[in-house]
Amino acid sequence: MSNASAATLAAEQAGAPAQIKYRSQAVAKPYFIAAIGLFIGQIMFGLIIGLQYVVGDFLFPAINFSTARMVHTNLLIVWLLFGFMGAGYYLIPEEAERELHSPRLAIISFWVFLVAGALTILGYLGLPYNVLAHLTGNDLLPTMGRGYLEQPLITKVGIVLVALSFLYNLSLTLLAGRKTSISIVMMLGLWGLAVFFLFSFINPNNLVLDKYFWWWVVHLWVEGVWELIMGAMLAFVLVKVTGVDREIIEKWLYLIIAMTLITGIVGTGHHYFWIGTPAYWQVWGSIFSALEPVPFFMMTMFAFNMVKRRRREHPNQAATLWALGTGVMSFLGAGVWGFLGTLSVVNYYTHGTQVTASHGHMAFYGAYAMVVLTMISYTMPLLRGREANSPQAQNVEKLAFWIMTLSIVGITLCLTAAGATQVWLQRMSSAPLSFMETQEHIMPLYWARLVCGVSFFSGLMLYVTSFFVTGKRED
Amino acid sequence: MSASFTKSTARNIFYGGSVFFFLLFLGLTLDTTMSLPSHNAKAQSLLTEQAVRGKKIWETRNCGGCHTLLGEGAYFGPELGNVYVRRGPDFIKGWMKAMPTNVPGRRQMPQFHLNDAELDDLVAFLKYSSQINTNNWPPNIQG
Repeated sequence: MSNASAATLAAEQAGAPAQIKYRSQAVAKPYFIAAIGLFIGQIMFGLIIGLQYVVGDFLFPAINFSTARMVHTNLLIVWLLFGFMGAGYYLIPEEAERELHSPRLAIISFWVFLVAGALTILGYLGLPYNVLAHLTGNDLLPTMGRGYLEQPLITKVGIVLVALSFLYNLSLTLLAGRKTSISIVMMLGLWGLAVFFLFSFINPNNLVLDKYFWWWVVHLWVEGVWELIMGAMLAFVLVKVTGVDREIIEKWLYLIIAMTLITGIVGTGHHYFWIGTPAYWQVWGSIFSALEPVPFFMMTMFAFNMVKRRRREHPNQAATLWALGTGVMSFLGAGVWGFLGTLSVVNYYTHGTQVTASHGHMAFYGAYAMVVLTMISYTMPLLRGREANSPQAQNVEKLAFWIMTLSIVGITLCLTAAGATQVWLQRMSSAPLSFMETQEHIMPLYWARLVCGVSFFSGLMLYVTSFFVTGKRED
Repeated sequence: MSASFTKSTARNIFYGGSVFFFLLFLGLTLDTTMSLPSHNAKAQSLLTEQAVRGKKIWETRNCGGCHTLLGEGAYFGPELGNVYVRRGPDFIKGWMKAMPTNVPGRRQMPQFHLNDAELDDLVAFLKYSSQINTNNWPPNIQG
């Protein structure tokens, strides 16, 4: 069949009724809906802090920058966790070829996580942070006040309990069913996520040790076990939409995650250059982290290769686009932009500047936001009773993909230029300007960044509408 | 790829490689933790009970939500790892008492209502931080 007629057939098939294979996979749906809702909240707060960068007293003192930023970053992490959980509840039963061990437990922990998360955000916004700390047991075991780990002790305990119930549920499902490489890698990644989160309870008085082990949560998450989760999710979707032999896809998956941990574990050392640890980390960290782009390059090759070798024209073209986009954007954001500042000789000047922020935004969006959106794109139609959305709905979704993705590229380029300016004026100049003076010189770039942020938000709103576009179906 | 490079081979590379490099990382961690006292002798002597109280103040007011400390944190306000050297204890205490500036359009810092003892604690923490051996980072006094 020619490409044109195969594509036409696929388009006609879009919207055709289809069912999920196991009823309990349906528990993924609320997780994905919550993920999107929290994503919207994250971006709203992103717009607030983006505006505070240029109008410094915006919403002060009602919502000061540190509070709004905490809400922005915590919502990011929580929506991604909801996404990973939804993905796990969807793919493990299908891979294991049996129903989920306890759908009821999955729904209970959904509500516990959502309510705990909402209360935490309300706590951030409604109380002075030190009052929240006092009320929630921080004097018993101080774990608050560290980046991305600002949650009260009780919230952290809640996260552990929700994670344990999730892992228990999926592990029992997998143990009693078919074990595939995809499901094993997914569970390894998820267990790793939970184990490394335990380091958030360790907060030494020694600032050097505090920072050393903080990175065992953050780096070993996003440059470690989260890549296993991402790889497994991408592999799952590629098996489904391309029809390529599972053996090939799973072999690629093992090679990708092998490179992830071989480079990323010792690559943690690129966070140990300037925090009070011995200087040998500049060598270990530079060399190993310079290789961290390799698994992301492999993921890009993997995605494009599998799609090129596809054995069917799957009607869900939007999901395929998200999968390919994830490969490219994660390689650019995590791989290339990460590489730009990773060598210690460069990092000496760029550490803690807008260069870091430019990498962080594209990396998180490219790798983790996009892989969750890939999963949602593939599974949501099925969870709603069809193999793929109508061509009209898919076109809206694809347009939203481009608007969001190009907006992030815009944000990244603005912040890269901002960072370069900052490095030049504040770090490299023979007559360095102060931090605040330097920021004045960067204002136009922060305004441009904000415009890109608004554009991103508009793409996200368009994305949400794509769920409600029905379009014509050929019966 | 040759026929002998199977999924099993790839799986073994993954498990073998991960275990090997994790053990290597643990070894480096052990060496690092054991060398900290000598690498940071100056700072170590400044890690007093007062400085520890100061660290708790740093954490419970979420200073890292706007500032960087040894380059880590948020980028709204200046680096504070070396602020003790850049400005000195009296400036820091005066600054904290004077916030917010209320200059229209300027980035604002909250008033944290710290008493004199708490301010001294915070300053002790910042003094400790400024003496950590960061391998000559930051490049200059501006942070």
